[in-house]
Amino acid sequence: MALRELSSLERYLGLKKPNKYSTQGDNKVPVLQNTNGPPVVGLVTVACHLVKEAKRLELLGDSAESRAVVQQWLEYRVTKLDGCTKEDNKTILKDLNLYLQDKVYMAGNQFTLADTFMFYGIHPLIADLAIQEKEQYGNVTRWFDHIQHYPGIRHPLPPVVVLRNKIYTSKHH
Amino acid sequence: MKLFVSEGNPHCLKVLAALEVTGVHCDVQYVNHEERVVPFLSRPALPALLLPGGLHLFSPNAICRYLFEVSGQDATCIKYSTIVSSLHSLQQNPLTEAVSVADVVLWAALYPVLSDPSLALGERTSVKAWFDRGAVMHSCQSAAQKVLQGKGLQGMKIFMQRQPAPQSSQCRGTQPCNSNPAELKRLPHLSPLKPHICLFPISLPQEGKRNLLVTSALPYVNNVPHLGNIIGCVLSADAFSRYGRLRGWNILFVCGTDEYGTATENKAREEGLTPQQICDKYHVIHSDIYKWFQIDFDFFGRTTTEKQTEIAQNIFWRIHKHGFLLEDTVEQLRCENCKRFLADRFVEGICPNCSYPEARGDQCDKCGRLINAVELREPQCKVCRQTPVVRSSKHLFLDLPKLEAQLEQWLDKSTSTGDWTANAKQITRSWLRDGLKPRCITRDLRWGTPVPHPDFKDKVFYVWFDAPIGYLSITANYTDQWEKWWKNPNQVELYNFMAKDNVPFHSVVFPCSLLGAQDNYTLVSHLIATEYLNYEDTKFSKSRGVGVFGDMAKDTGIPSDVWRFYLLYVRPEGQDSAFSWADMALKNNSELLNNLGNFINRGGMFVTKFFEGIVPVMELQQEDKTLLALVGWELQQYIQLMDKVKIRDALRHILNISRHGNQYIQVNEPWKKIKGGDTERQRAGTVTGVSVNVACLLSVMLLPYMPAVSQTIRDQLNAPPSCVNTMLQGTGTFVCCLSAGHRIGTVSPLFQKLEVDQIEALKKRFGGQQPAAVPAAAAAMASVNGVDPEKAKQLTQAVTEQGEKVRALKTQKAEKAAITAEVAKLLDLKKQLALAEGKSPEPAPQKGKKK
Repeated sequence: MALRELSSLERYLGLKKPNKYSTQGDNKVPVLQNTNGPPVVGLVTVACHLVKEAKRLELLGDSAESRAVVQQWLEYRVTKLDGCTKEDNKTILKDLNLYLQDKVYMAGNQFTLADTFMFYGIHPLIADLAIQEKEQYGNVTRWFDHIQHYPGIRHPLPPVVVLRNKIYTSKHH
Repeated sequence: MKLFVSEGNPHCLKVLAALEVTGVHCDVQYVNHEERVVPFLSRPALPALLLPGGLHLFSPNAICRYLFEVSGQDATCIKYSTIVSSLHSLQQNPLTEAVSVADVVLWAALYPVLSDPSLALGERTSVKAWFDRGAVMHSCQSAAQKVLQGKGLQGMKIFMQRQPAPQSSQCRGTQPCNSNPAELKRLPHLSPLKPHICLFPISLPQEGKRNLLVTSALPYVNNVPHLGNIIGCVLSADAFSRYGRLRGWNILFVCGTDEYGTATENKAREEGLTPQQICDKYHVIHSDIYKWFQIDFDFFGRTTTEKQTEIAQNIFWRIHKHGFLLEDTVEQLRCENCKRFLADRFVEGICPNCSYPEARGDQCDKCGRLINAVELREPQCKVCRQTPVVRSSKHLFLDLPKLEAQLEQWLDKSTSTGDWTANAKQITRSWLRDGLKPRCITRDLRWGTPVPHPDFKDKVFYVWFDAPIGYLSITANYTDQWEKWWKNPNQVELYNFMAKDNVPFHSVVFPCSLLGAQDNYTLVSHLIATEYLNYEDTKFSKSRGVGVFGDMAKDTGIPSDVWRFYLLYVRPEGQDSAFSWADMALKNNSELLNNLGNFINRGGMFVTKFFEGIVPVMELQQEDKTLLALVGWELQQYIQLMDKVKIRDALRHILNISRHGNQYIQVNEPWKKIKGGDTERQRAGTVTGVSVNVACLLSVMLLPYMPAVSQTIRDQLNAPPSCVNTMLQGTGTFVCCLSAGHRIGTVSPLFQKLEVDQIEALKKRFGGQQPAAVPAAAAAMASVNGVDPEKAKQLTQAVTEQGEKVRALKTQKAEKAAITAEVAKLLDLKKQLALAEGKSPEPAPQKGKKK
């Protein structure tokens, strides 16, 4: 899964040559073999490395504050979101819903790597929610829908339908 | 920008160190562990940084990086730092580069592990070297001090206990000390220190050691504990547990809040919350109170957990399988008005046994007999005062008579070999004598452990079946290996601490449940029950505002240790005792200040003043040896008594030692001898040296009673930590811990005097609205207006007497002048009386005045 995310990221960044990845450990932590240095280990580190290679530093935040926030959510994704239990799901969604109340993106008003990876991480949770639950976590759903429509991000994940099917047009409701 | 941290929280180490290293200007605020600083997170996350822009950072690593970046230093650390390379190579690499955020984060994350002196790093000497370099940095030291407050790793204990139980199969991120070295290079990935790195090894029974499982009766969550509850249960258990650890026994001390039952349901309804929310709220109140009293639980849990349901239902099924359950249709009181079956405590009526009018539905307060609510005469629903009706309902009963033989056999053994208190044995014996009857273990309620039997699926377990199982489930929440404590009667000794009203449930009902389940459960070996603690000359009552309740003790300004001392001093062991403010002041001033504090302080002061803070050479003469022998004897008595949980008596021996010490100093007058010739000075030196050593011994003996004072004494004397563990081993040996040449620290008085007016004020504050005494508010008003009830009483008396006198004179037809004089006195007295009563001093028309 992590490898798919990374190749998706590479495509998004427009990196010409796809890299060769291996994994290590039980958790299948991705490792990038670097030609001019030691191997880069870990999903978030590799991702940051790719962003720097592609010279798209704005994806990591454009101020000290937003950079810290981006790192925080990347860490959150790897530590809290990955491998969370069913009980944790509710808490995570609730917290995120509150957090996203006044934000367009995870780091405020700019699209960053935090959005990408939180999106990938939370996709399985959202995909499992019923329509009513999606409505319950309205802000998360809004943000999720926004990111999944971002060019180049969603693939290869399947799109998640967030709107109720409108059988009748709005005039009849 | 504001940084929120909490004490004892290991995650705060790195942010505080980073703050110091970078020198960034930022406010730091210390809050409690439960404080939810970050508005959108459900669970408290500390440390947290409130950024200037208004956003919050809750990841310690992100906070560190931000601080470094803001201070202009490099926070990216993609490249190697020399520190990291030395972590996996065995070469010594000097710390040439400036400290990077990587160093700070790694150092702080590894601190709890690497600072443990017993950790064998073996070949990884370079790791140790790197760590030590960090440890001497001022910023790191300062951070460690702020977080741990000098308590070492123990300072983190409370924080760790509050962490959610670790997921057994989770292994997210990398654990610092076990991870692959290559992983360590990528520092941004270092997850915050996971709670399940076992810093505090879970206590399990050990071969060759005495293993004690200590429980204190679970306080009911809804009630704020008062001093009587505290001394009866948790404080007694705590004193004994602390003592036991000093003795080298392997102890597990658990307790928790008892949360199921109707009272919680009702409170929830009152406050508009769910029962779970009420329990959450009050559990914290309890926990905080016990923390203030320095109760050192290994684990303080709750009964509303999955484990409780699991274990209770397991025991239930086993009892059922072995045929110790009876089914019966029971008649219960149902209040048609409130539309529910009434729980026992919500029915009040006349006791069928002793005719006490306020007997409750399960037990009569006066005669103590257990009754069934339907037996009450003239029952009333406590909520709406309507008369409830009797309705039938099917219930399950524990067949106590069937288990009686087994119970008696076990009881004989346990009471004869164990240290049961006399009252516990007595109460149990009288229960058995009355004959055991089947006890109903189910109830028609909603907030409780559900009964798994299909025929009874809308019922829950009765609290007295369910609550003692709380001990087991709380332990199960502490460790998965709880059965090593609870199904291990050969290795484990179980101590139950409680007040005497809980005895029958712990000595008869609960053991029967466990015996009926037939699963080799550990049964109580030593049942320690106290009598009642009264307040002044009445009972504690929250509703009437009488007595000191847990959360108020803190507000009195009297230190926790003094409270502990006094409560343990008056611990109701053989009979009821009373808490008295005047007595507390007296004991504080006479025993703590003048006896104990005085002796300990003097020894230290002499070393400081006469010997430049260094313990002098001691040449023991006969007189000194006599004192040492005396002290040694008192120590042995202390140990013998504490071993038998005679907590109150043991305390006397501590005070005896300091009394002997004071006399010893008084007789030898070192302050005079120090000014004399060589032999005299030598004498002064010996006496002083012996005194500080006795003080050191006292600090250890005091630990179970006053842990903070105990530590303070050792800090002041700069005593080696090893002395704590040596002197109470075996039968007790008084060892010289502070030998000649040892440098002590700064000595200062340990205790403060409790002044009379302070005590009077406190007594009034907690006296409540009693009809006999004048309410405090009225008294205050009285003193303003000149209204004085006491005086009024006296004056009434005087008026009566004077009136008699006047009448007598008139009857005797005495001299007119004399009569007039007496009448004038009478009128004056009456005027004073009127003032004192707050009435208008208009003279009442005198009969016959005009004659």
